[in-house]
Amino acid sequence: MKTKKEKEKVAEKTNGHETITGAEAILRVLVEEGVDTIFGYPGGAIMPVYDKLLDYQDQLHHFLTRHEQGAAHAAQAYAMVTGKPGICFATSGPGATNLITGIANAYLDSVPMVFITAQVVSNLIGTDAFQETDIIGVSMPVTKWNAQVKKAKDIPETLAKAFFIARTGRPGPVLIDITKDAQFEKLDFRYSKCNYLRSYNPDLPLRTRAIESAAIMINHAEKPLILAGHGVLISGAEKELLQFAEKAEIPVALTLLGLSAFPTAHRLYAGFVGMHGNYAPNLLTNEADLIIAVGMRFDDRVTGNLKKYAKNARIIHIEIDEAEINKNVTVDLEINNDARDVLRHLIPLVNKGTHENWIREFRILDRTESEKVIKPETVPAGGEIKMGEVISLVSELTKGDAIAVTDVGQNQMSVARYFKFSNPNSLVTSGGMGTMGFGLPASIGAKVGKPEKQVVAFIGDGGFQMTIQELGTILHYGIAVKLIILNNGFLGMVRQWQDMFFSKRYASTELVNPDFVTIAGAYGIPAKTVSEREDLKDSVKEMLDAEGPFILDVRIDREANVLPMIEPGASVSEVTLTYK
Amino acid sequence: MNTQEFTISLFSEDHIGIMNQITIILTRRQINIESITASESAVKGVQILTLVVRTTPEMVQKVVKQMQKIVEVLKVFVHTSDEIIYQELALYKVRTTGLMSGNLIDRIVRDHNARILEVHPEFMVIERTGHKSQINDLLHLLEPCGVLQFVRSGRVAITRQVKELNAYLEEMDQANRQRPGDPESFN
Ligand SMILES: Cc1ncc(C[n+]2csc(CCOP(=O)(O)OP(=O)(O)O)c2C)c(N)n1
Ligand SMILES: [Mg+2]
Repeated sequence: MKTKKEKEKVAEKTNGHETITGAEAILRVLVEEGVDTIFGYPGGAIMPVYDKLLDYQDQLHHFLTRHEQGAAHAAQAYAMVTGKPGICFATSGPGATNLITGIANAYLDSVPMVFITAQVVSNLIGTDAFQETDIIGVSMPVTKWNAQVKKAKDIPETLAKAFFIARTGRPGPVLIDITKDAQFEKLDFRYSKCNYLRSYNPDLPLRTRAIESAAIMINHAEKPLILAGHGVLISGAEKELLQFAEKAEIPVALTLLGLSAFPTAHRLYAGFVGMHGNYAPNLLTNEADLIIAVGMRFDDRVTGNLKKYAKNARIIHIEIDEAEINKNVTVDLEINNDARDVLRHLIPLVNKGTHENWIREFRILDRTESEKVIKPETVPAGGEIKMGEVISLVSELTKGDAIAVTDVGQNQMSVARYFKFSNPNSLVTSGGMGTMGFGLPASIGAKVGKPEKQVVAFIGDGGFQMTIQELGTILHYGIAVKLIILNNGFLGMVRQWQDMFFSKRYASTELVNPDFVTIAGAYGIPAKTVSEREDLKDSVKEMLDAEGPFILDVRIDREANVLPMIEPGASVSEVTLTYK
Repeated sequence: MNTQEFTISLFSEDHIGIMNQITIILTRRQINIESITASESAVKGVQILTLVVRTTPEMVQKVVKQMQKIVEVLKVFVHTSDEIIYQELALYKVRTTGLMSGNLIDRIVRDHNARILEVHPEFMVIERTGHKSQINDLLHLLEPCGVLQFVRSGRVAITRQVKELNAYLEEMDQANRQRPGDPESFN
């Protein structure tokens, strides 16, 4: 730590401005933007920034992960649970390229993030210098915006733009690449936040005429269905969604990333849509006469075969990103605005509705799904432990107050199906990318962002080993996450496809796993293996009651399939409920 | 597939990465760029890219929206060929001996609105502006004389719409003036 006197010396005053280094300017901007948490990993080119970070420890908490991908996922989860942009540091070359999966993941899921990478000194750029990669070129297709800074004086303005762009409109990751010489160079520091760029206009004028038309369509619909997505959570429109649905009495179905935007237990909750979604909302998408899509983008995992999707419905699309409108599904009415702004305006215009018969159709199908799939999965009569039963047990014991984190595969789809959400932003998952290895580092970011919450991650035995080194981060900072390995000894989701579509030829999907409890022990993390149903509840309680981190390795049914399923290429109305 | 020729006029801040981002959008959708021209626009600091692509009307709308999303892009217009005034320019290097027979030169200059830029004992350089088909017609005419080199530029186009880019920019600035904060420090 530097003494106060030394600090003052560094921050000499000239012309009323402070003269500081580029490295310090980066940190000052972060402080000005309200950042207090950073995830990252140092290296040669970014050393000036890390050096200065020692002087800012009381304002900026840096978490050293064990891999840059882990830093990116942790920062993303932090952003998802706090609503603040996630901040991530990495060095040039391999440090920067290791971020790419994490950046792409945040891009597809519209999460505001500011990535700061270091670059070799500016006169070496373009020469294939040691640890030089063209990270601007590499990250261009997966960032909302990126820029390189070679002069210290450009740091404040460029970072101000970065924050503005990351947070506004449809949020997304931005990357700023800063050369090492710019970090050393001095500048007169002056900062003002950016709130305007003439070429970028996130504040769209409210389409009141379209909203009025929407109200008329809604008031005349007999079988309306709301499909709500991540946009509802991003714009903070959960209350408005609830009010709108209750007033017009319209069932609400959610996409994977929309989960937790509407309470699972609500009488108007229609379920989760998509490939492994609930029976009723998938099937009834093709019965509905009006679909009100809010902050979602008709991903192919949601729509199945587009030629047979929602053909009986007129479609209203409320979406902030104009490029998503009429991209996959041609709509009847587009409202290119923020979800909350639209819903606020719409609610007074819609009539109090009753759609009793329509809602009854959902309940009837729910019963079928419950008998055929949900009960056997969550309260099995016997046999091996089921994934769904572990998830619903945790959901019950945490009373909907926990943040659920998932990895990718069967574990993820089962959480989406069986965890009951009551608070917004209580699911952290990798949607658009489906990135295995997301869960473990994401749980760290979620816990750092919401330390007061119980954070439970459900991770497959495959995905756990993709970012297993982040156990080191948990050890280092004593992060009290609860990790459940849903251990089926397989790359379960791929095995399921092999079972269903490749004549059960299990090519490279069976895993030879290490003893996870021994591994946990090496990291000083209490852990336990459960393979008997009678031990499950007590073990889960023990895990939840633990003060610090805990790992539960649950041996589950090895060859179970997640159902229902809309097979690839099939229509939403061709749901497979059972499969032998 | 019902494909058609479209001219995309894209106005953006003068920023290095734009061309790269545009090509990423088009290559992802397997759309070939038939021609591309970059230049300054009438507004200082604003550059204009003129792209000619062949695709369906639905697809052109999708990619144009994605282009519009690029942070530095100010405004994108898409037009069919009949909605714009456009020209391409071609240079032809032709063997002088081949050209000297008959009154070919006169016909070229008169009927094809061409210009002779240089004359050498071995070759002559001819310039012609027009639409692609006119340029190709002249090429066919010259072929028997021996065309040594031929090059055609990308399209440049002017739109017929009345509202110019300046008006859009003013609107944007106007809207911004009504918001709080200090917009002057950036842009
Ligand atoms: C990085 C990455 N590689 C490969 C895949 C393809 N993939 C999707 S699910 C899956 C299996 C996951 O296995 P596991 O982590 O054990 O979870 P389970 O499905 O068994 O719950 C694979 C390989 C992926 N989504 N991400
Ligand atoms: Mg598995």
